[in-house]
Amino acid sequence: MECREKIMTAMQIIFGITAAVMVGSAIMVVTTKNLIHAALWLIVTLFGAAVLFATLNAGFIAVIQVVVYIGAIAILFIFAIMLTRREKGDTGPGLNRGWWLSAVIAVVVFGGLTWLLQGWDGLSKAAPALGPSFDSVGLLAETLVSPEAFVLPFEVASVLLLAALVGAVYIAFQRKGEE
Amino acid sequence: MIPLSWYLILSAALFAIGLFGVLSRKNAIAILLGIELMLNAVNINLVSFWRYNDPTRIDGQVFAVIVFAVAAAEVAVGLALVISVYRRRNTVVADEIDLMKW
Repeated sequence: MECREKIMTAMQIIFGITAAVMVGSAIMVVTTKNLIHAALWLIVTLFGAAVLFATLNAGFIAVIQVVVYIGAIAILFIFAIMLTRREKGDTGPGLNRGWWLSAVIAVVVFGGLTWLLQGWDGLSKAAPALGPSFDSVGLLAETLVSPEAFVLPFEVASVLLLAALVGAVYIAFQRKGEE
Repeated sequence: MIPLSWYLILSAALFAIGLFGVLSRKNAIAILLGIELMLNAVNINLVSFWRYNDPTRIDGQVFAVIVFAVAAAEVAVGLALVISVYRRRNTVVADEIDLMKW
């Protein structure tokens, strides 16, 4: 029992460090003037989210987070930033004139969400224990392709990805004779 | 054990920071970075609700996987649009992309 308590405290310390790193790097993402640095800070935030998924016993989601988000999406961002740079792009303010208004809106949204959460009684609920034979990856795989569950949304998501890729190629394609 | 409220408050903070980025950045790519932050906050919420409610019902993780797919599609189309606009108008500043403004 005492060992269990110690593990829980270690989990809380891990969560605290990860949360601090995530919030700090997220603030850097939205305030850094240099966009390449902003994309690199976004990678730090995404790694923090992967750590959180690991603490939630969602190993598959954590791996997908690293492979898809950091391996594909963040690299796509960095390439797009490098393709659209111009000399005076990094000078001048990175935020528009009404940035204080958006800061007020963001603080109000955060305050409203936490205020809503205060009045909800499910907050302090402990997570149900997982048995040693619990296999979330196998369960996820069966649920994704089972006709009684989520096979239709799964296929729709595949078609959506294909359509988005074709659309992206069509939009970004440079035709002959165009500047 | 980590209480559920910690995850929810952290993801609310991430969502608010991403919302600030979407509303206040000038560069169109930076706006997309803010949208990524908001989608990640949603994913953390989905997975933590899966863990704290009934882990044998895996719906939360399924939703998270579908959010991943939608995020990838959104980034691909969004960045293609930004690159196309940059080719034609030589700008990525959202204020200067005003062709359809009346």
